[in-house]
Amino acid sequence: MTEMSYLDGNMLDGPMHELFTVDLSTAMGRCENCGMTGSMASLHVYSHAPGLVGRCPSCEAVMVRLVRGPDRAWLDMRGTTYLQVPMPMEQTFPGPL
Amino acid sequence: MGIVSPGFQGRPRTQEPALPPGQYLTEDFPVLSAGPTPRVSLDTWEFVISAENGSEHRWSWQELMALPQETPMVDIHCVTRWSKLGTTWQGVSLDTLLADVDTGAHFALAHSYGGYTTNLPLDDLRGGRAWVVHTFDGAPLPAEHGGPARMLVPHLYFWKSAKWVRGLRLKTMDEPGFWETAGYHDYGDPWREQRYQGD
Ligand SMILES: [Zn+2]
Repeated sequence: MTEMSYLDGNMLDGPMHELFTVDLSTAMGRCENCGMTGSMASLHVYSHAPGLVGRCPSCEAVMVRLVRGPDRAWLDMRGTTYLQVPMPMEQTFPGPL
Repeated sequence: MGIVSPGFQGRPRTQEPALPPGQYLTEDFPVLSAGPTPRVSLDTWEFVISAENGSEHRWSWQELMALPQETPMVDIHCVTRWSKLGTTWQGVSLDTLLADVDTGAHFALAHSYGGYTTNLPLDDLRGGRAWVVHTFDGAPLPAEHGGPARMLVPHLYFWKSAKWVRGLRLKTMDEPGFWETAGYHDYGDPWREQRYQGD
């Protein structure tokens, strides 16, 4: 094997659920490096490493790093300028003030 | 392999445990990578040491190969818990590369083709403990293991031995690298099991 293979971003679901209740597979993210916005499930995730490294499918810049220690986890998302997460419709809308 | 070598320091193995705490022995050489494997042509390859005053020392591939070569035989310890004993390398000592560099810096940030970085105290790159290596087990270092050239700093966890190394930035202030900014220990001594921040 001369080329490291990667997994798709869906594999981040389990590890991320340890931190958040957000369903990452339906979230969109914006790459800080190239500005592309796309599904977090489309990230290229390198897992044969000391942590999980999620890279932009367009420019390969690092968007997510997740390190899991025995009793702690670190999440670095400086390469992701936003996460867009689907939310349930609000029940009531505030009226004009 | 299979035969446990005493290593080039000549320490008798019977005086100490062969493996740091929490490590297991492996005979193969696992490939770890945080991204796509960079492909670097030897025609354009360079190694650059930039000092804190802005001065730069630069070596082409031919210039690196013309420097005095050493053949360290060392044990390596990956923070993912595998250790490999008696590995043989060829390359140039950082003592040689730093000899003409005028610096008062105490820290180095190694940086690589592909964007990886890792930080080390400059003292840990001196004293015959660190190399830029291009040959593993008698053959050119394969790209998946960091070729054309990688750092070899075997007394620290192997993430400090940057693959595809391109240079060192010498710094008066410590600047944490790729894994050190994401929870891993700033120094990474396997014998003190310094895996994560605070260990
Ligand atoms: Zn991008």
